[in-house]
Amino acid sequence: MRDGQIYAGGAPALPGILPLLAEGLVFQAGGRRLIDIERLRIAAGGTTIVLGPNGAGKSLLLRLLHGLIAPDAGRLAWAGRPADAATRKLQAMVFQRPVLLRRSVAANIDYALKAHGEPRAERAARVAQALEHGGLAGMARQPARTLSGGEQQRLALVRALAVEPAVLFLDEPTASLDPAATAAIERLVSEAARNGTKIIMVTHDIGQARRLGDEVVFLHRGRVVEHSDATAFFQDPGSREARAFIAGELVL
Amino acid sequence: MQNFADPFSLAFRLILSGDAELLTIVLLSLRVSLTAVFIAALIGMPLGAALAVGRFAGREAAIVLVNALMGLPPVVVGLCVYLLLSNAGPLGVLQLLYTPTAMIIAQVVLVTPIIAALSRQVVEDLNGEYAEQLRSLGVSRAASVPTLLWDGRFSLMTALLAGFGRAIAEVGAVIIVGGNINHVTRVMTTTIALETSKGNLALALALGIILVTIAICVNAAVGMLRGGARQVVHA
Amino acid sequence: MRRRSFIGAALALAAGLWLAAPQAEADDRFIIVQSTTSTANSGLLDAILPAFTEKTGIEVRVVAVGTGQAIKNATNGDGDVLLVHAKPAEEKFVAEGWGVERFDVMYNDFVVVGPAADPAGVAGSSDVVGAMARIAEAGAPFASRGDDSGTHKAELRLWKDAGVDVAAASGGWYRETGSGMGATLNAGVGMGAYVLTDRATWISFGNKGDFGVVVEGDPRLFNQYGVILVNPEKHAAVKAADGQAFIDWLTGPEGQKAIAEFKIEGQQLFFPNAAPKPAGQS
Repeated sequence: MRDGQIYAGGAPALPGILPLLAEGLVFQAGGRRLIDIERLRIAAGGTTIVLGPNGAGKSLLLRLLHGLIAPDAGRLAWAGRPADAATRKLQAMVFQRPVLLRRSVAANIDYALKAHGEPRAERAARVAQALEHGGLAGMARQPARTLSGGEQQRLALVRALAVEPAVLFLDEPTASLDPAATAAIERLVSEAARNGTKIIMVTHDIGQARRLGDEVVFLHRGRVVEHSDATAFFQDPGSREARAFIAGELVL
Repeated sequence: MQNFADPFSLAFRLILSGDAELLTIVLLSLRVSLTAVFIAALIGMPLGAALAVGRFAGREAAIVLVNALMGLPPVVVGLCVYLLLSNAGPLGVLQLLYTPTAMIIAQVVLVTPIIAALSRQVVEDLNGEYAEQLRSLGVSRAASVPTLLWDGRFSLMTALLAGFGRAIAEVGAVIIVGGNINHVTRVMTTTIALETSKGNLALALALGIILVTIAICVNAAVGMLRGGARQVVHA
Repeated sequence: MRRRSFIGAALALAAGLWLAAPQAEADDRFIIVQSTTSTANSGLLDAILPAFTEKTGIEVRVVAVGTGQAIKNATNGDGDVLLVHAKPAEEKFVAEGWGVERFDVMYNDFVVVGPAADPAGVAGSSDVVGAMARIAEAGAPFASRGDDSGTHKAELRLWKDAGVDVAAASGGWYRETGSGMGATLNAGVGMGAYVLTDRATWISFGNKGDFGVVVEGDPRLFNQYGVILVNPEKHAAVKAADGQAFIDWLTGPEGQKAIAEFKIEGQQLFFPNAAPKPAGQS
């Protein structure tokens, strides 16, 4: 099952786009600052977990970093240069609710490869490998939207990985999945991380954060309250909000 | 008027007799309207999709305009196309007046706004779901149009059927630009108008029943095509 | 893949229809005749044209509209030959240079039809002007074409002779349908209104209800048809030779004989009266 050669996105041979540096990042709506981040630096390697209570701006932050929405102020730099088509090509994202095209399972992956500019001749083999990787080989011809929730999210994940991104954003990918499906997703994510893909993942599942995270960015009301090593964060959170959050209290 | 049951038995007898004249008229109706819908789809679908995903000045106004044009009166369209194609008009040299091509042109003008407006709605809804994922995959707004049209194909069928319904049923435009010439430009609706003017109301109504039957058959055929394909491709 | 069969089926259907439909636009030899509903809807042209087509190989495509619209269409060059019945308008058409020359072809006659109840008491009259004055006097409903057609023009002349100002009665007992002969007859039968119609349309009309002819036989109801070649000097697209061939045939012995032989329910509807031609001309 493991195939490091294919899923080695962000392998040393590729030009690095990390670290990612956000400075003075502001996003507002209706006169309120939903994101207000002075400085956030995410380094290469490992898995960065974005944690925080509901409404902290986690998903918004991910979309800003990925470039899906434009900030009202501030700047982003990938390895010192502004985001552009080249840095974009090395990123991928999986959403909380998988967005699958109304086509077959295989066609969904092929579409992503084609959009990424992969030559037609190579695509069929890479589609097959991705399906194999996601445990979806038997469903290649099936309409993607007839898959179960867990299978849909696996498809979305291997589709994102198929383009061998250096950075993979995940926005609560297991929020609506059962434990077995969640475990399958986590396996794929850790494997990608081991193979060198930088994972930046939003979750509000503390258990998942502990299992997968190398470092934690704790967000509260649009601000980075803590940014620290995962072990340290869970053992001794430095802020009142993070302590309350880990303790399972309501954080307002 | 004559007995109301007569038209139904007459329609039935006409269909069973396989009357050659009737067949010619029915085939011309289908050929003109299906061709018009095909061309209107080539124009209307990308136009509707552009209105759905585009971000340009005047987009709102353009949407209002296209929606309003769905209600274009066929007679006005017929008149405008007549003035264009008339020998005294700018396109007279093409010698298209009183040909099936002229009828197709008029119906394209009538049907394109319908397909464009309905496509815009379909594509806009789908784009709401797809937009972020497609941007994430590196697909630009413009490049996403074919994807959205293809993935919305089952809903877009309804737009095509609405356009076809309009085309096959209208008489005002085709009678002006086609001239209702026997064996050349006579279609179902102009025949119905002619028989009505001759006072042959039962025959006119029988033809109307046949026209409706054809419309039902076309809709059913598309429905079956769609059902079969949906089973395999779509949830 | 499935999507291919989906598109394929649609394309096959489209192609099949295209091939199955008659290819009417093929470049066969034809002329367009702008004519009136009375000649086309009565079946006269359908009856006599095949003989001409067989003899000359020229197909005749008939656009049947009101005389007013036929003349306008011909003025735009949208036709090769004009076959209508409104002599003053036809002469004006020629005088202004739109047409080459006008020839008499045939005549039929107008009749006034009305409901069996005959509210104006005009049934059996052969004095059309007197009858129309009585209709106006009684305020009995009268349905007019109101469309600038040859029949409409003839009707307006008769009202003028009867000294009736129909414009004042418009919307009251005088009802203008703005439609063709058939639609006006349908309306007239529907509201029990008298209608001036050409006899040919009336005889072949299928929705007579309890209506019958109430006034006929007045010489003022005489309805002359003329034929004119659209002037090729005005519109280069006019097929002058083929159009003239049709006119020559229609006004010549064969056409005239065919017109006389056309009958519906045993009645002759059109009476040929083209002037005999000098020997050299046809």
